[in-house]
Amino acid sequence: MTGFRLACALLISTLVCSAALADLRIEVTQGVDNAVRIGVVPFNYPARTRLPESVHEIVDADLTLSGRFSTLPVQQMLSLPTSTESVLARDWRLLDVEYLVMGEMVRMEYGFRLRFELYNVFKQSVVLRQVIEGTEAELRDMAHYVSDEVFAALTGIPGAFSTRIMYVTADGPAGNQNFKLNIADADGYRRETILASKEPVLSATWSPDGNKVAYVSFENDARPAIYIRDLRTGLTQQITNFSGLNGAPAFSPDGRQLAMVLSKDGNPDIYVLNLENRRLRRITRHYGIDTEPSWRVDGEAIVFTSNRGGKPQIYQMLLSDLSIERLTFEGDYNAKASLLPDGSGLVMVHRREGVFHIALLNLQSGRLTVLTETALDESPSIAPNGSMLIYATQMDGEGILSAVSIDGGVKFNLPSSEGDVREPAWSPQKTKVFTPISP
Amino acid sequence: MGISRNRGLMALVVAGLILVGCASKAPEEEVPALEPVAVAPAPVKAEVPKEPAASITGSEKVTISKGPGMGTETLDGIFYFDFDQAIVKRSGHPELDKHAKVLKENPGFRVRLEGHADERGTREYNLALGERRANGIRAYLTAQGASRTQIEVISYGEEKPAVLGAGESSWAQNRRVAIKYRR
Repeated sequence: MTGFRLACALLISTLVCSAALADLRIEVTQGVDNAVRIGVVPFNYPARTRLPESVHEIVDADLTLSGRFSTLPVQQMLSLPTSTESVLARDWRLLDVEYLVMGEMVRMEYGFRLRFELYNVFKQSVVLRQVIEGTEAELRDMAHYVSDEVFAALTGIPGAFSTRIMYVTADGPAGNQNFKLNIADADGYRRETILASKEPVLSATWSPDGNKVAYVSFENDARPAIYIRDLRTGLTQQITNFSGLNGAPAFSPDGRQLAMVLSKDGNPDIYVLNLENRRLRRITRHYGIDTEPSWRVDGEAIVFTSNRGGKPQIYQMLLSDLSIERLTFEGDYNAKASLLPDGSGLVMVHRREGVFHIALLNLQSGRLTVLTETALDESPSIAPNGSMLIYATQMDGEGILSAVSIDGGVKFNLPSSEGDVREPAWSPQKTKVFTPISP
Repeated sequence: MGISRNRGLMALVVAGLILVGCASKAPEEEVPALEPVAVAPAPVKAEVPKEPAASITGSEKVTISKGPGMGTETLDGIFYFDFDQAIVKRSGHPELDKHAKVLKENPGFRVRLEGHADERGTREYNLALGERRANGIRAYLTAQGASRTQIEVISYGEEKPAVLGAGESSWAQNRRVAIKYRR
């Protein structure tokens, strides 16, 4: 694979090569009405060889896919400035461009130096000016970093372009499917398959530092078990081997504990495993189904799904005294909740008139908002910046991933070229953070 | 004891008689219609005890003898459920009774009950639901005399559908428990 990629980079057009490597392709289905008009000028690169990645095109794609920006095609640009001094503001005003991203790249001994600027055409002022360095393998990361910085400067929301998405694919006929656990960049590129199995794989989740993932796999004797994989070392460890269910792993915010569902004592109940001393604590005790634990950001409470009231609803338990409070009352199927990073609300699967949607429950007002118009929606996962959520749905009978902003204003699909795609999990951290150096 | 055993045998014979007329229910080893007319009783008698009352087939199903000279029957091992329900349907009871009898009479037999759900709702909830369904079947079998040690329960939730595709006809086939025999 690496060999292929390298050959691609050297011989063929970079863009074609990258496109072939992406399994998920993003299609914006709804953007904001007042999208910011921005021009991403190709970064000047004074060398005869082509860059292995077209950095400005990645930035352009990121901003477009966010649904909040409308980018000007390079062909329509009247000039290609590389810094504030060479900007002819009148040209850009004519094209109705509000902001410009521009800069230049220089080859260094070990990689590249990128100087970039964000320019306000109407105010004729520099919003952002930075210099970063990275290796050749980090060119895509550098591009996503630029997108994050531009996005944050113009929207006030931290960007989530440097993040990754983990997801499961399944293909093949019923009864003989191939399951894969994959991790790709948030734009669908650089996919890696971390597990391929003839038995089901599900419920993959990230550790808070983004270095580990926990998942449920049936690979061992066709029985479910929870595994933790260290992404840096590639080592996988089986964590549980109880009879019955071993499911729904969820790392505590400090990464030291793993909440899970076990049915070894007769019923599906929620347990918390201390990953350091391996002590297991049972926290729910009910003859109904208790499942899908998710931690509150402070680590002191867990929200979970339970049918103790007859139908699946969301409950919250305080770990200090194990007191339980029911959070959802609207609808007869509410499940798989996760709290927003600021704790103001939760997203969950909600059934309305027989159709499964993703909904947002405001915990202060108690107001429930259905965010999706698709059907059979499940597995919502919130972006680390709290502004978007990705979920699984179906299109033309096949499982696809879809995303929606928390305000419902932006929607896009991520159809896959490879079978059924499901269970997206947005990484909690950026893949790579660059430290700007003084220009 | 002896009476109840005989009654059980009678029930099997009766079931067998009914099933002979139902071609779809009695597969491969259906006995030719000529057989009951056989005239030599003595040698047949000697062979009867050698036939096992129940045997496990390669496809993890169980085949039972319907009585001396009555052929065999492969038991149906799939039981269906309603949405978000784990209640064993009454229509499945007669077939489950046969499974329970096989397990009771063959303590060496082991079964795996595989619980499944349709694709609607969340995956982990469906895993729990699939286990509920399989537990429901297990409770029925043990109440009818099977031993709990013979039965293993496993849930695949919505991960291993019998039929792909959305719609009630697919979903109905996917909300199931499969009884799988192992040696």
